[in-house]
Amino acid sequence: MQEIINIFVKSIFIDNMVFAFFLGMCSYLAVSKTVKTSMGLGLAVVFVLFITVPVNYLINKYVLTEGALVWLSKDFAEVDLSFLSFILFIAVIAAIVQLVEMFIEKVSPSLYSQLGIFLPLIAVNCAILGASLFMQERDYNNVGEVIAFASGSGIGWMLAIVGLAAIREKIRYSHVPAPLKGLGITFIITGLMAIAFMSFLGIKL
Amino acid sequence: MAGNLKLIKNPLSKENPITVQVLGICSSLAVTAQLKPAIVMSLSVIVVVALSNVVVSLLRNTIPQRIRIIVQLVIVSMMVILVDQILKAFVYEISKQLSVFVGLIITNCIVMGRLEAYAMSHKPYVSFLDGIGNGLGYSFILITMGFIRELFGSGTLLGYRIIPESLYEAGYANNGLMIMPPMALIIVGIIIWIHRSRNKDLCEK
Repeated sequence: MQEIINIFVKSIFIDNMVFAFFLGMCSYLAVSKTVKTSMGLGLAVVFVLFITVPVNYLINKYVLTEGALVWLSKDFAEVDLSFLSFILFIAVIAAIVQLVEMFIEKVSPSLYSQLGIFLPLIAVNCAILGASLFMQERDYNNVGEVIAFASGSGIGWMLAIVGLAAIREKIRYSHVPAPLKGLGITFIITGLMAIAFMSFLGIKL
Repeated sequence: MAGNLKLIKNPLSKENPITVQVLGICSSLAVTAQLKPAIVMSLSVIVVVALSNVVVSLLRNTIPQRIRIIVQLVIVSMMVILVDQILKAFVYEISKQLSVFVGLIITNCIVMGRLEAYAMSHKPYVSFLDGIGNGLGYSFILITMGFIRELFGSGTLLGYRIIPESLYEAGYANNGLMIMPPMALIIVGIIIWIHRSRNKDLCEK
């Protein structure tokens, strides 16, 4: 249990998707103009990560790694399909995003109209594929740990984008040099936020 | 001929994928703590963009409009798998260092962006040039950053010592922050600042 909480906290603050690995930067920069829309995108990312990473974990464990297909037949003990992981992971992500979109549209139209435009964007958000690839690289022991990692990274990403959006709403009233306006100052703000997040380094439960 | 030259020249400065089009930030920042991985990453991106541009451009009339994103993703992931296997076979050390970021070329917005914006509507040869041009524009920024960060962060370039020992004895110290993630963001911010103050028409209102 402690291990799971540890992974959860660590993936929110220390291994933050944006500040430590620069994942999902494209939508992070493009959709952080107002707090409201960034909240919507953040929620969508948490949601999609929460579903895709555990699914990809199971696929990795039971299909891709060396000897994973033993449950089908003993002859497959030496089959190693890990070179297929990129293509399979991205296919799973694209398919699940599509499914989630249809499901939400059916069940909760109000949530759909909030997330609507962001969901298709998410299929090509590097934070999602990145989380699956990190999951494969770090060898988590069970599904619980993977879920903790996935939801933690999602929440960390949301924290970052909402924080940036709040700062950007305020900075509109400041006097920024013309060439630095927009993109340039956003990068520098993100850098300063990342330095602030570095102070969490070394926290362990 | 002049038009073809433009395809390669424009992305280097006026339409630079990173500083102007804001594509492909995700993977570009994490690999630039040293010069060598930055160069390998640049080469991989050039190969993937150029080749997938050609393949998509060849198939552009047969891809159904509705499922084009998935078809494009499959083509790109195929190219990335090829590059990844080649890197693993010939430069294993660097491939380990780049870790998940080779896989993340799949969701790199440069690749998808160029496929959507250019290859879907142009002939193979010009698409190839467009891919090379955008790959070069991306590499230019990546290599500049790798150069600055390795020189000031560790005092070396490509692993060779550049800043002489006598300077260290006189009290010079490496800037440890340069190797940390936040500095990558701030350096991009500064590059954008310099770039835009030289091209006034790129400034945001």
